[in-house]
Amino acid sequence: MDLSAINPVLLIASLMVAATPLLLAAIGELVAERSGVLNLGVEGMMITGAVTGFAIAVETGSPLLGFVGAAAGGAALSFLFVILTQFALANQVASGLALTLFGLGLSALAGQRYVGIKPPPTPDLDIPILSDLPVVGPILFGHDPVLYFGIFLVAGVWALLKFTRAGLILRAVGENHDAAHALGYKVVRIRALAILFGGACAGLGGAYISLVRVPQWTEGMTAGVGWIALALVVFASWKPWRVLLGAYLFGGITVLQLNLQAAGVAIPVEYLAMSPYLITILVLVILSADKSRAPASLGRIFHASQ
Amino acid sequence: MKRRTLLAGAAMALGLAAGAAVAQDDKTKVGFIYVGPVGDGGWTYEHDKARQAVEAEYGDKVETVYQESVPEGADAERAITQMALQGADLIFTTSFGFMDPTINVAKKFPDVKFEHATGYKTADNVSVYSARFYEGRAIQGHIAGNMTESNIIGYIGSYPIPEVIRGINSAFIHARKVNPDVQFKIVWAYTWFDPAKEADAARTLIEQGADVILQHTDSTAPLAAAEAAGDVIGFGQASDMAEYKDGPRVSSIIDDWAPYYIERVGAVMDGTWETSNRWDGIGAGMVGIGEITDRVPEDVKAEALAMKEAIAAGEYHPFTGPLNKQDGSQWLAEGEVASDETLLGMNFYVEGIEGDIPE
Repeated sequence: MDLSAINPVLLIASLMVAATPLLLAAIGELVAERSGVLNLGVEGMMITGAVTGFAIAVETGSPLLGFVGAAAGGAALSFLFVILTQFALANQVASGLALTLFGLGLSALAGQRYVGIKPPPTPDLDIPILSDLPVVGPILFGHDPVLYFGIFLVAGVWALLKFTRAGLILRAVGENHDAAHALGYKVVRIRALAILFGGACAGLGGAYISLVRVPQWTEGMTAGVGWIALALVVFASWKPWRVLLGAYLFGGITVLQLNLQAAGVAIPVEYLAMSPYLITILVLVILSADKSRAPASLGRIFHASQ
Repeated sequence: MKRRTLLAGAAMALGLAAGAAVAQDDKTKVGFIYVGPVGDGGWTYEHDKARQAVEAEYGDKVETVYQESVPEGADAERAITQMALQGADLIFTTSFGFMDPTINVAKKFPDVKFEHATGYKTADNVSVYSARFYEGRAIQGHIAGNMTESNIIGYIGSYPIPEVIRGINSAFIHARKVNPDVQFKIVWAYTWFDPAKEADAARTLIEQGADVILQHTDSTAPLAAAEAAGDVIGFGQASDMAEYKDGPRVSSIIDDWAPYYIERVGAVMDGTWETSNRWDGIGAGMVGIGEITDRVPEDVKAEALAMKEAIAAGEYHPFTGPLNKQDGSQWLAEGEVASDETLLGMNFYVEGIEGDIPE
């Protein structure tokens, strides 16, 4: 056992990277669910974002354009979900599952030309002085812009939901769509926008995996992160900061347990391997002992005639 | 609701009829169950290449179907059953974790033949086959031990099963042989395919000082992580992974399943298929060693190739004594060669490796 082999600064820096795809996807799904829509297609939207982001970054040579394209790709796939659930009034669970299957297949097809290609590197922020500070520099100021964007997004969503009129309307639609409709709010339009936002975030999360965390394109490379994001939203009681906490816990313990394994710590590996799931659930369940509950209209179909 | 049930019933009847129709024609239908996507660039990619080779070989006489990304465990049983119901005559299940599901399904379909990769349970209609990847690991270990400067070699394991443990031992023995100071850091990913996690594992090992990464997971992600880190080398796993030739990949272990698949499908066609237990290595061509790049010094490359020849000719066995187990007790005496039985059930590290194998 040699704990000195673990460099805490590098550890924290890499746990932030590991947490970001999960964070982005979960915060998008949180907004969709707060508007009353259960979109199980997160995995499909992520992988679509991963491949569109990768393809565009490779073709244009610009990772930034890649990320923009990934958001557009994820949103485009979620538009399918909008049509199915908001206009055709299809079952949300079935449509979401279909979206995941479709996204996985579509991305495999679209990505065939991109196997084994290197994407252009996403540059890290390099703020003169700040990035060179010991310890704080690599942890706080040495990452790529998308990682910071994820954190700002959480803050933005939190502020929007808590303090703004738009946030209030979104929550009203999610809690009771009939009442919101009676008040004159466009339920379908608001939900459509929330779904598109969720799709764009999931796409960004996927591209973060293919452009930064791995970085390469491989079929099916999101390997279930979308499902973890879905679970995270529930365990976080639909609250943005808890999503952040959960994502960092999960990403953090994933990286930490790999580090402990490599350092040869005398904890059985099975426990280490299950620890990210266990600890994240435990912490969030304890936190949700207060009176938090799901949006009342979550998963219910709305039609103005009812 | 009733109408829907009726429709579903009709659809099922149609499906059954279609299934029966398929079963009746004279094409041999061959099914493949994959643990990852066909585009993983490694393990599943090679199995699918062999499936295509079967199609190319037999043309119209054969029809192949496959299902990718089938999770190991209970769900695999459903996937294999479905394939048998669709009228497959022969089904290849290509991952260790499909072992019990394959045996269970095989009991229910005595007329369907099954081939399970890397397992050890056979039945009247279940054969097992695997490749002696540990022969390739020996060559890998030799190169790795020579090339490492930090003397730390990182190893990404998937699951603690005999096949993976054999690989670790074989690589370690041959790395130690050329470099007595070498150390292995082993990380278990508990997955065959999860590029993000594989990359995390590789990065972790690199951060802890490893400058050679060996992997027993299926994707090219560890090579991508090695490339991003700079001065780190790695090896193609299961497939050549030649796209990283200009970067970290210095050689590779290639699984070539095509000859075996063609032979077995042929046996089903002419009715000579029998339960067998095939375990081939470099000599029979089931394990290939990918081109060793110029990053490897000439003399090391020559030694590696000589070892390959010796193994292929049967003159050298990677597990030749004297070898001790991790606890210091003797395993193989001077000149003694490990039996296949011990190797197939290998559940111990050899002397010098630190850490415990997860139970």
